[in-house]
Amino acid sequence: MFTAAAIGILVTMSLALMRALLGPTTFDRILALNMVGTKTTLLIAVVGFLTDRPDFMDIALVYALINFIGVIAVLRYTKYGEFLTEGSAEE
Amino acid sequence: MILAIDIALLVMLAVVGIAIIRLRNLFAVVMLSGIYSLLMASTFVLLDAVDVAFTEAAVGAGISTVLLLGVLTLTKSREKIPVTTPLLPLVTVVVTGALLIYGTWDLPAFGDPNAPAHRHVAPEYLAEATHETGAPNVVTAVLASYRGYDTLGEVTVIFTAGIGVLLLLSGSGVLRRREPEENDDKPGGAA
Repeated sequence: MFTAAAIGILVTMSLALMRALLGPTTFDRILALNMVGTKTTLLIAVVGFLTDRPDFMDIALVYALINFIGVIAVLRYTKYGEFLTEGSAEE
Repeated sequence: MILAIDIALLVMLAVVGIAIIRLRNLFAVVMLSGIYSLLMASTFVLLDAVDVAFTEAAVGAGISTVLLLGVLTLTKSREKIPVTTPLLPLVTVVVTGALLIYGTWDLPAFGDPNAPAHRHVAPEYLAEATHETGAPNVVTAVLASYRGYDTLGEVTVIFTAGIGVLLLLSGSGVLRRREPEENDDKPGGAA
């Protein structure tokens, strides 16, 4: 069952990766970053149970915190930072 | 199963790496470098290097993404298309990579208990660390006690680099924000 979960997480991760590659808007990419971060958290947790090391769960929790703070920081910069947008049609 | 996850993560790393080279939208490149760090951190966790993975996630996906975004506010958000084909750098990178792969042939197998790294001082640390330093974690004992001066030096370097980056970013930010304004609020203005 954990194997199936791991495969599902990897598939979701690659789908989020495709969204980050293709875009097209800034927020698609931010969401893709957030999604990959969430999947990293889940993947570490699942790998922990898959290899009989449930203490990986703590690491996964810290990753969730880092991911949350990171996305907040990125969003703040997107909202308040001054991006010079010459020649880019997507801002 | 772990091998399959490893392979999947490494394939994604390669895809992200090639995409970072190909894309010209710098915001997308910053986001992709964050994703690269997260994937790399998962790989480190799978390799049992949990502390390295923490550093990679905090520095790579957290701090450096924010720093790169800060830089992005000072530059344009699209990279110029290079005029020349970078043949010499490509050759250099391929040769260096081939040399590094050649070098790995001499490395002991991953996790080999008879590797030189595990036979030099490691057994002594494992046996003595707890009662010599009082730290229950051997990695902590090595980092903070046995090579404490080295760690202090590292922290100094990182601290200096952080101050430098903050000065660079905040300094040019102030200049840019002052630019459109008139100078009438300059005397007595809160800095």
